[in-house]
Amino acid sequence: MSAEYQPNIVAFLCNWCSYAGADLAGTSRTNYPSNLNVIRVMCSGRVNPLFVVNALQQGADGVLVSGCHPGDCHYMEGNFYARRRFGMMKELLEYVGVEPGRFNMSWVSASEGAKWKDVVGEVVDKAKEAGPFKQFRRDKINW
Amino acid sequence: MNNKPKIGVYVCHCGVNISKTVDIDAVVEFASRMPNVKVVRDYAYMCSDPGQLLIREDIEKEGLNRVVVASCSPRMHESTFRKTLAAAGLNSYYLEMANIREQCSWVHEDKEEATAKAKKIVYAAVAKARLLEPLYEKEVDVEPATLVIGAGIAGIQAALDIANAGFKVYLVEKTPSVGGRMSQLDKTFPTLDCSACILTPKMVDVANHPNVELLAYSQVEDITGYVGNFDVKVRKKARYVDVNKCTGCGVCSEECRLKNRIPSEFNMEMGKRAAIYLPFPQAVPAKYTIDPERCLFLTRGKCGKSPKCVDACSAGAINFEQEDEIAEFKVGTVIVATGFDVFDAARKPEYGYSDYPNVVTGLEFERLVSASGPTGGAVVLGEGEDAVVPKDIAFIKCVGSRDASVGNEYCSRVCCMYTAKLAHLVMEKVPGANVRIYYMDVRAFGKGFEEFYDRVRREGIRYIRGNPSEIFKRGEKLVVKVEDTLTATPLEDEVDMVVLAVGLEPRKDAREIIDILRLSQSGDRFYLEAHPKLAPVDTATDGVFLAGCAQGPKDIPDTVAQAKGAASSALVLLASGKVKIQAQISVVDQSTCRGCGYCVEICPYGAIDLVTVNRMGNLAQAAEVNEALCKGCGACAAACFSGSIQQKSFMDRQILPQIAVLGVM
Repeated sequence: MSAEYQPNIVAFLCNWCSYAGADLAGTSRTNYPSNLNVIRVMCSGRVNPLFVVNALQQGADGVLVSGCHPGDCHYMEGNFYARRRFGMMKELLEYVGVEPGRFNMSWVSASEGAKWKDVVGEVVDKAKEAGPFKQFRRDKINW
Repeated sequence: MNNKPKIGVYVCHCGVNISKTVDIDAVVEFASRMPNVKVVRDYAYMCSDPGQLLIREDIEKEGLNRVVVASCSPRMHESTFRKTLAAAGLNSYYLEMANIREQCSWVHEDKEEATAKAKKIVYAAVAKARLLEPLYEKEVDVEPATLVIGAGIAGIQAALDIANAGFKVYLVEKTPSVGGRMSQLDKTFPTLDCSACILTPKMVDVANHPNVELLAYSQVEDITGYVGNFDVKVRKKARYVDVNKCTGCGVCSEECRLKNRIPSEFNMEMGKRAAIYLPFPQAVPAKYTIDPERCLFLTRGKCGKSPKCVDACSAGAINFEQEDEIAEFKVGTVIVATGFDVFDAARKPEYGYSDYPNVVTGLEFERLVSASGPTGGAVVLGEGEDAVVPKDIAFIKCVGSRDASVGNEYCSRVCCMYTAKLAHLVMEKVPGANVRIYYMDVRAFGKGFEEFYDRVRREGIRYIRGNPSEIFKRGEKLVVKVEDTLTATPLEDEVDMVVLAVGLEPRKDAREIIDILRLSQSGDRFYLEAHPKLAPVDTATDGVFLAGCAQGPKDIPDTVAQAKGAASSALVLLASGKVKIQAQISVVDQSTCRGCGYCVEICPYGAIDLVTVNRMGNLAQAAEVNEALCKGCGACAAACFSGSIQQKSFMDRQILPQIAVLGVM
């Protein structure tokens, strides 16, 4: 390989905290790796666990779900649901043989631009360590 | 359906903000090859009038029915471009934003990387845009009333403005009197107006205003609902005094067995009060309150043969049977003006606040110099025959502000000027006083501040640049250990009294309102405004506004200005009488819903019910969404087994194509 392996990561960010935090990282002109691609949802509670599997099937090497800090959800309880769902999801993925570093959760608030940068760095590093993900991949895109 | 997608993609340069790191031409070329894309254009500032006109003209002339704007964050300009679509006669929800600024050009330096990522972002937006559906915003009525929480100067001003405009205001204050922190101040900088003289008329006005219902000694327990329609529950704490009978004569307080035994909160615990008390002489309402934690009768069930206050009250106002009452009412808007706490100086142990009685905080000193304070305005240490007048007084600035070691990195904005003011008052009250002020920087930024700072320096007050490291006792004197950093001289200055210019902090009970209203906090833990520049009084919750130091430290003029801003924002809703509600809510396909009720259980707002539906002759259970209650979080959509409940604009079939694009590219 000529260049270092670059993983492809799909991230689901809640509109109120993590997406705003990621915006703040931009407004503050931080600099972080470009491997992470964001899908905005209103709440981390909107993220269906199957979206994670779907992303891995479609070619993602890693997935991140990020919401407000537990207790600070704009919709009161949404991130608690996310925490419960993805806690289980993480174990399930590990059980079926997906490396633990591929699936991550984080809590980033609207004021934590610097933390967002750290989260991205960490998630990308973990995905690099895990290497390309082929096991779930579909041959054809399907949309 | 003749609604085959015809997508227009508009790539913004944002001056050079985007074009500096993203190859716009490459993105345009790439976008022109995407499915269903009919028009691709780029422009220096898409949000400008000519930029928006480009989009409008294309919608009208090219018959576009979907628009992707690749520019800044949707949090920034989504609403701008929604209006553009609407102006061209297209449903405004046929818009998708591709955030290639905050989350691309601003965070990646390598042009190749940033361009590749911008392409993916635009492609994902196009993939979603193809499947967007029109949404319609419904209007609901706005209850023509406002709840103002906190009756300091911010809450009072906001309440007065709204009430004067002809709308009902419920003003809720936790303590027995309105007035807040400003009522504790002696003079106000830089004009040296007497604080009480300018505040008390407003306190009386707000209490007597026909449109204001004042709920003093009350606490907001719960707020439910949404913009225009909030249901509020307030606990009116028992005063054990019938306010309709109490004349405010004060005989009860004179007779109370605990008279002069309980530290007065108003005087920062320097003066003493009775168990039945008026917090301060000008309190509004001028009704007495029994302190349930101190009153002998309420704590022990016995107060001599009979409580002296009961015997003394000729109006028969005292009622130990009184219980808390719950008031419930409806409002359209809420203003949060809950104020601040001062920094607890004990958290800087090196300054000896807990050890030496002649180390006091700025607010305590404020009470000391106040004519209504515990010493009647005399600057004295000790009591009775031991009382001495301190001649050497030191002020230390930035105590608890600009100090990462206590977790407060911010500037409290008022300490520089209140220190200058207090120092001036010392010069006035103590002839021949020797006043030193230890400072890091002097920030005299407001109107008339610099002039005032110059004035106090001319009065002979010495400013010494240095942050004291320690205060300790030597004989009868306090020693301030400091390095004068302008002359690089280590000093040990002996003084009689030290005043710590403590900063402002979020209230210790700030969490209560956060839990009730779902507010966010900024990094400094004050309540977070919707936008630091363009929406400084709004919050993320529609219809809820901020005023005063609850949002961040500020002086009285700024507090009043923000309170007027919050009142104006609330009035926009109240005066128009209507508000559009969330369109991106959940919707159920009742033909496939299996009626399991998981969504009903999971909905944080109780917006979903199970109803009986007729499915081709068979009666079955299916979910139904209450559109006024749904906030559009989408938790139900993630829980649904059959995908029957979906969140509009964030449907599975709109998100999955984004995943596909981002996964494969």
